[in-house]
Amino acid sequence: MTTFEYAPALESRSIVTINPAYGHFINGSFAEGRDHFPTLNPSNEEILSQIALGDADDVDAAVDAARVAYQSIWSKMSGRDRGKYLYRIARIMQERAREFAVLETLDNGKPIRESRDVDIPLAAAHFFYHAGWADKLDYAGLGRAPHPHGVAGQIIPWNFPLLMLSWKIAPALAAGNTVVLKPAETTSLTALLFAEVCQQAELPSGVVNIVTGNGQTGAALVNHPGIDKIAFTGSTEVGKAIARAIASTSIKATLELGGKAANIVFDDAPIDECVEGIVNGIFFNQGHVCCAGSRLLLQENIAEEVIAKLKVRMAKIQVGNPLDKNTDLGAINSREQLNKIQELSTVGDTEGAERWSPECQLPATGYWFPPTIFTGVTQAHRIAQEEIFGPVLSVLTFRTPAEAIEKANNTPYGLSAGIWSEKGSRILWASQKLKAGVIWANTFNKFDPASPFGGYKESGWGREGGRHGLTAYLKSIDEEIQNGGENE
Amino acid sequence: MGAKMNERVEVKKTYKLYINGAFPRSESGRTYELHSKDGTFIANPCLASRKDLRDAVVAARAAQSDWANATAYNRGQILYRIAEMMEGRIDQFAAEISLLDGISIKAAEKEVHSAIDRWVWYAGWSDKLGAIAGSTNPVSGPFYNFTIPEALGVVGAIATESKSLLGLVDVLAPVIVSGNAVIALASTRAPLPAITFAEVIATSDLPKGICNILTGKKEELAPWYATHMDIDGLDISGIEDPSLVAEIKISGAQNLKRIHAFEGHPSPQRILAFMESKTIWHPIGV
Repeated sequence: MTTFEYAPALESRSIVTINPAYGHFINGSFAEGRDHFPTLNPSNEEILSQIALGDADDVDAAVDAARVAYQSIWSKMSGRDRGKYLYRIARIMQERAREFAVLETLDNGKPIRESRDVDIPLAAAHFFYHAGWADKLDYAGLGRAPHPHGVAGQIIPWNFPLLMLSWKIAPALAAGNTVVLKPAETTSLTALLFAEVCQQAELPSGVVNIVTGNGQTGAALVNHPGIDKIAFTGSTEVGKAIARAIASTSIKATLELGGKAANIVFDDAPIDECVEGIVNGIFFNQGHVCCAGSRLLLQENIAEEVIAKLKVRMAKIQVGNPLDKNTDLGAINSREQLNKIQELSTVGDTEGAERWSPECQLPATGYWFPPTIFTGVTQAHRIAQEEIFGPVLSVLTFRTPAEAIEKANNTPYGLSAGIWSEKGSRILWASQKLKAGVIWANTFNKFDPASPFGGYKESGWGREGGRHGLTAYLKSIDEEIQNGGENE
Repeated sequence: MGAKMNERVEVKKTYKLYINGAFPRSESGRTYELHSKDGTFIANPCLASRKDLRDAVVAARAAQSDWANATAYNRGQILYRIAEMMEGRIDQFAAEISLLDGISIKAAEKEVHSAIDRWVWYAGWSDKLGAIAGSTNPVSGPFYNFTIPEALGVVGAIATESKSLLGLVDVLAPVIVSGNAVIALASTRAPLPAITFAEVIATSDLPKGICNILTGKKEELAPWYATHMDIDGLDISGIEDPSLVAEIKISGAQNLKRIHAFEGHPSPQRILAFMESKTIWHPIGV
């Protein structure tokens, strides 16, 4: 049989201009950074630019700018006008979508197909959605005239850089807060391009401030006394540290943390569809997804068939240059993350699970890991408990629906879960029993600005998206009274 | 002071804990003395221990999912039944509150009336939470997407020192109406109305284990509440010491407990604070 290979279909990178170095975006303009660190293209280790390493002084300056902008402009502006700025931002992001997509793929390593079709359109949609809330806050469910918190400190991860930025900034601004945002250390470029969008939209200076840097920069932001509200997406470990850091304050935090989602396949599921769903659940974005379907729970009588079909499907996954429009699985975001994936996979081997990957040629430079499944995994295995955050799927089996639920819930996390079945009552039954904030039934990894996202248990506090997410950036008049009418 | 010859000798009540639908003494065997304002001995309530708390958490966890899965109508009727059962004991509650707080019977009765009315108010919320806190979400694609509020699980509740009955009701009713199980710690200073209230719970058709009531010291027990890994949330309205609040929040971060404190007025936010939102997606197609 003849095999047809895909011819390369490279997206041009000429649409983006990357400066040799960047400073912080504070009070509407780019400030010079003092120390810098390189940001790499993880697919070939090319240095793309030098990013400013924010310190306590930079955070100070950004928080001050945000405070002044909050008091003098943003909190006094009508919701209608705030909304118009957000609409402008959404439109400019749409206009410059291809530029954002290429830049995201260069800096993050994700396939252009995903940055172009998922990350960037969803990011723009988040601004458009929240723009409409800005003059309708009275209807958000907190009573009349709810208040913003003030200055929000926001820290985002590297897996969906611009999308996570929009999840944070759009609702904060719609509610009337100003923000200081710290992008992830390895993926600052689209946040800095977003700063240009703010300039083009003529957003008042200081409403959005972006301080780049590492974990210490983030810690300086979290511990800054001028912050009124914290929003963090990242690891459960750091989330807990933030919860401790604000223990003696009245600051509210939204935490979107880790997950170890169960993707449950019942024996009446449509197998071919569900194989697509399994692939999308774990290999979307190289598995760098907190809600990834990283634990596949197969009903025992169909396990063999599903695994066989899954292997056939996995062999078709195109791994390689993220700028190639045919690529399904791009580069791992960093050396550090690659090490972690390799380490946990080795643990999978030594604990007795069986590893399988399709034949695939990985590029010689850059950070790469093939699509991988482990079968024969038990609940006690570390690869069934710990978040790998890579393209690695652990497969377990179950006999009865009750056993599936018990195994699915047997984790400290509770972010998401998947259910595959043709039987409506079974789907609703399982949905009710699963301790997870987002449940995808006969689908997986779907996101929308109108749909609340966030976890149970150690997957975090609060929701992002929808009316539920918006309220995290508001406080009711009741709360104001309780705090003695003070704006903390 | 002995009884006079022709007076009946009163049968005094032993005030015990309320765990898993039973009235055990503290496993630690500890009690503390309670006196009225004029120094008269009143009772030896239990000083609950860490082990009592752990026993109560086991009972709460075992009972919680059935309670959460009971129909909202059923939960509402049971909460309303609690109000009915309290109504018949107004005099008893008022006497205990008056004795411990040194206020008039009339003023004490007023607090009991408020406490009863509060159960009625919260009872009515059971089948309306989905309407105010749930939604269908118009996502951009062929999916049916909706969000529902769900009970959090097992919640610890530290009642205020003042308002020994009303303060207890304020931390119990909003937590259990949604389907949570609770382990309350009563006012240390005035725990008797809480134990009498447990007798109300015991006759209200509330499944055993859903509402557990301990008496003891806040500074001793609250840190154990905070570190317990099978408690999902804490209402710390009754903790006033800021350093103890900080300690609880720091320990509670170990399993990211949802920790909240409220002022006295009733609000649906008190219910929703101990609920989670679950969002479900399903494709639409032929």
